[in-house]
This record gives sequence, C-alpha cells and structure tokens, in this order.
Amino acid sequence: MTQVAYTVKLGKLNSLTNTPTHYCAGCEHGTLTRLIAAAVDGLGIREKTVMIDSVGCSVLAFNYFNFDHIVAAHGRAPAVAAGLKRVHPELTVFSVQGDGDAASIGLLELIYAAKRSTPITIFLVNNAIYGMTGGQMAPTTLEGQVTTTTPFGRNVHMTGTELDVSKLVSTIDGAAYVKRASLAIQEISSQRGKVYTIKNILDAKKSVENAFKAQALGGFAFVELLSTCSINWKMPVLDAKRFVYDKIVKKYPLGLYKDTFGLEKQ
Amino acid sequence: MSGNRVYLKGNEALAYGALEAGLNAYFAYPITPSSEIPETLAKEFGNKKYPEYKFFLQAASELEAINMVIGAAGGGARAMTATSSPGFSLKQEGLSYAACMEIPLLIADICRAGPGLGNLGPEQSDYFQATKGGGHGNYRLIVLAPATVQEMALLPRLGFDLAFKYRNPTLILGDAFTGQLKEDVVFPELTTEHYDVSDWATTGAKGRAPHVLNSLELDYQKHFKHIGKIYEKYERAQANEVRFEEYRTEDAETVIVAFGIASRIAKGAVNRLRSKGVKVGLFRPITLWPFPQSQLRTLASQGRRFLVVELNTGQMVEDVKLAVGTGVTVDFVGKWGGTVPTEAEIESKIRRLEVVAV
Repeated sequence: MTQVAYTVKLGKLNSLTNTPTHYCAGCEHGTLTRLIAAAVDGLGIREKTVMIDSVGCSVLAFNYFNFDHIVAAHGRAPAVAAGLKRVHPELTVFSVQGDGDAASIGLLELIYAAKRSTPITIFLVNNAIYGMTGGQMAPTTLEGQVTTTTPFGRNVHMTGTELDVSKLVSTIDGAAYVKRASLAIQEISSQRGKVYTIKNILDAKKSVENAFKAQALGGFAFVELLSTCSINWKMPVLDAKRFVYDKIVKKYPLGLYKDTFGLEKQ
Repeated sequence: MSGNRVYLKGNEALAYGALEAGLNAYFAYPITPSSEIPETLAKEFGNKKYPEYKFFLQAASELEAINMVIGAAGGGARAMTATSSPGFSLKQEGLSYAACMEIPLLIADICRAGPGLGNLGPEQSDYFQATKGGGHGNYRLIVLAPATVQEMALLPRLGFDLAFKYRNPTLILGDAFTGQLKEDVVFPELTTEHYDVSDWATTGAKGRAPHVLNSLELDYQKHFKHIGKIYEKYERAQANEVRFEEYRTEDAETVIVAFGIASRIAKGAVNRLRSKGVKVGLFRPITLWPFPQSQLRTLASQGRRFLVVELNTGQMVEDVKLAVGTGVTVDFVGKWGGTVPTEAEIESKIRRLEVVAV
C-alpha cells in the first residue's frame, strides 16, 4: 500500500461556512469547494456572489459556501443562473453541476446559456457516473465501464458513445472560456519512487479563477473538472486517482478549449 | 397607456397590464394561443414608458423559461412568463420548486383544448392542474380567472401583489377566447407597490447572513414544519383573498356558477331567462384558488339550486359540490373540444332543472 504523506496548511476562508462536507472519502468535490472559495475570496467578490446549487452531489453546497443560494431543479441551474444574472448583472453567479445534471437532463440549459454568452460560470464535475443516485451510467461513462445500469459494461452501440462536454461547449460561439482540468492527485515516478503530484489541482485552481474573471469580462465560462467517485466506481481511493490518468484523460484530454479573453496568457 | 381607452386583444391587454404593474423581466416561449403576450412584450422592450422593464428573452424551452423566471424572481424581480396548456404541463416542475422555495412569480396559462396537443380552441380543462397544485408535492397556486379583456389588463397587478404578499406563484388562468377576444380596455393609474424583498432575495450576502432559496430538506421533521408554515400562509389567503362577482343572485332560485369566458355566456343566459321571469343568477369566482367556498355554502343554505357551466368535462363542479355539501342540487353543463356552449343550451338546462324542482 502506497503511503500518502503531505501537509497543506489551510487558512480560514470567508467564503466557507466551516460546516464539514458530506462528500465521500477520496471525492474531489471538497477540493473544488476549497478552490472556489479561495478564488472568490481572492477576487474579493463574496458579498456579490450567488451560487445556484444543482441536483447531484453538490446539492448541499448551500451548507458549505457563505453565499446566497438558489437550489435549482435537476439540470436547470444554468437557466436559474441566467434569470438571476439578467436582473442583477452586478452579481457573480455560478453553479457546480455534475455530468448527469449538465450533460444529460440539463444539456439544453447548458448549451443555450453558452449560446447566448450568458455571463455566468459553470463548473462541471465529471466523474463519469451519477454519483448522488448511486452510480448509474452518465453520458460521460466510458465505453465498457461498469455502472449499476450498465452491469455488463457500457455498450456504446446501444447507449451512444461518450459525450465530450468541453469539446461540445467549445464549438458554441457564445462560450468565452472553456477548460478541462483535473482535481485528482496524480501518481508520478520520481527518484524517491512513486509520489503524488498536485500540479493538476493547481492548474484547476487557476482555471477556477479564470472562470470567474471571464464572467466579470461578460463571458460565459465553463470549466470541466475530472474527478473520481471511488465509492461508485467500487475502487480504492488511490486506484480511482490512477483510473483518471490511465483511462479518463484518454477520452477527455485535459487542456484549454477556448479562451476568448486570453486569460491563460496573463 | 393609463387613463386612455384602448382596443386590445386579451393577450395584449395582459402584457400591457403586466407592464403597468411594474414588470421587470419576461421570459418567453411561443405557443398558440398565448403568443401575443411575448410578442407585445418584445415590442415594448426598451420603451422608456416602462423604466422598470429591464429584460426580455425568448427561452429555448418552456422549462428554461420558467427556471429563468425562478432565477430572476429569486433575486426579487417582478418576473413573469406565459404559456398555453401543453406548455403549462411543462411549467409544473418549476412551479412546484417555486412554491416550496416561496418565490413570488407570475404565470399566465391561456388555456386551449387538451389533452395532448388538443387544438387551439378555448377550454377550461386546466382547472384541476391550476387549482390542485399541478406539479409534485403539497402546494397551491393562487389562481385568478379573467372573464373580460379589461380583467386581462387588471389581473397582472393583483397577481404580482398576491405573489409578493404571500411569496407564492400566482397564475392567471385565461382561455383561448379571452386571449384572442378584442375589447375596449381602460388602464387605471397605477403606482407599483414595492414589497420588501430584502429579507429573502438572493442579491449577495453583504453585511448579513446568506439567503438560501431551497426546496431540499432532508430532515423530515423540518420539512413537515416548512410545509406546515406554507399551508398556514394558504389559510390566510383563503380567509382574505377570495374574490368573486355575483349577478342577479339576490332572489335567484337557480345560481349558475361559471368562470372566465363561460361566465359571460352564462350571464347572457341569465338575462334571457330573467326577461322571461325565471329567477336565475350568476356566481362568478375570480379567484379559483382560494375558491369562494363559504360564499357558495351561504347561497346553498338559502335553498338555491346550482348549475355549473364549464368548458371541460366537469372540473370546478367538484369544488362546487364540496362547497355546498350534500342534499343540494348541483347540475352541470360542459362543453369541450375547443368550443363554447350557447346561451340557449344553458337556458334549456335551467328549464329542465325548474321542471325537476316542481
């Protein structure tokens, strides 16, 4: 068993309520919660930020973020966000959606929010599964991947191939910033043997900040964040992290898909 | 607009009524026979006469439109959408969430014939969906039923007022007839009543605890309490907000109960019968929810008979029967499929009731 030993000093963030999260062991939702709070604190916009909570594992986010919240119906967060933003353009409005929420039941809401250049920020947590409902097939589930509704592995002849959401959103004229990052620690070889790097998480941190900056510049911002779901993938936590880099990034490559404002260069 | 007499379609009057009532944002999806509402509001967007009218957008679906209304209204805006029956089915999701989150919003359903696609003629067959909650869970909409183009112009103001007063969605239930009918309208001088939204609207948690508009409550006891609180609010609405019109009911032996366009045909039948010495009157609910239950019970206790006239197969008649109790004659004339009953049909039914009664 590999030992993971690292210490990170976490200071108090005004954007967090200090309520312990409900997220499962190894889940990256907690990491994203921290990155969002740090970005909002860093930009000094907490008092003008409203989160639209989506249906999925992030639905209880109102307990963790020290913002105003509207909890949307399944898939409808971009529409609720758009409605609020249009009457309160001074607000920063964002949502954290899952891949089931944004890429399946709420695909129309996502696409049209992007199409109209709605100045909102959407974070899509892609863990290739419906996590909250107990591990069913998502549009992002890999070919052959076993879920509770694909017990013999996802058959793409029947269910269609995997939906690459970042690629799809980047084809829409109205989208200003589209990025795929990863929230999972990555195992790498070093002189000391196998170690875990957080470089992708630091890149995700930058992407989260840029996604808020893009909104401030009037653009639609979309960041897809690859994550694990070791509970529903039925894998030990570190195997799940490895699965992200062995399998998931092959189908969903990390990178910048669109950057109208040139934020990544700054 | 205010003060002048203008000649408008019902749907146009509803749109101008919303503007006169201080509409901030409208989210549209086209569907016949309601489309003159978004068309009028698209045309008037940017008109300096309506400085409070800040945003108009045609959404990509009925669901997107109602959820945009939820977002805007969650921010405290006077937000609205309109639809017709097939679209009204799609609105139910959003209305259920809005009721639980106590978000005040205004929606109009210009009812056409159903079920399914039905047709474009008038029906009142969305009565159940309108008055019994419609979507999932325990909730009600406040439901206003216009019978004239003038009322189409006036009810948006009342609708917004009740929505904000009770923090609940309000529905204007019209029909293809009142939506398409052209009549004279006078818009009274209105000053928008601004309800204080500062203790719940999601405008940014500056110098205060966050506001959370949420329909999720995993603690059963807390959810029991939350819905109980909403129903206490509904009891207050039932006690204070019932609106109705009575026409020649003082000495009426038979009282016709009808709303919307059906009530106007019924009024014609009342006049025809009165001219022949038949003691008949009309009771017209303006609020379909809260329903004028005690007013009908009082009429029943005075020994009146009832005839319910609706453009459906019999929906409000159930509420009339509940209101008047057992041992009271409640008969029904229904017309469905996109057409309306004639005065003569109502008259002959009343004649038959008279015979039975003798």
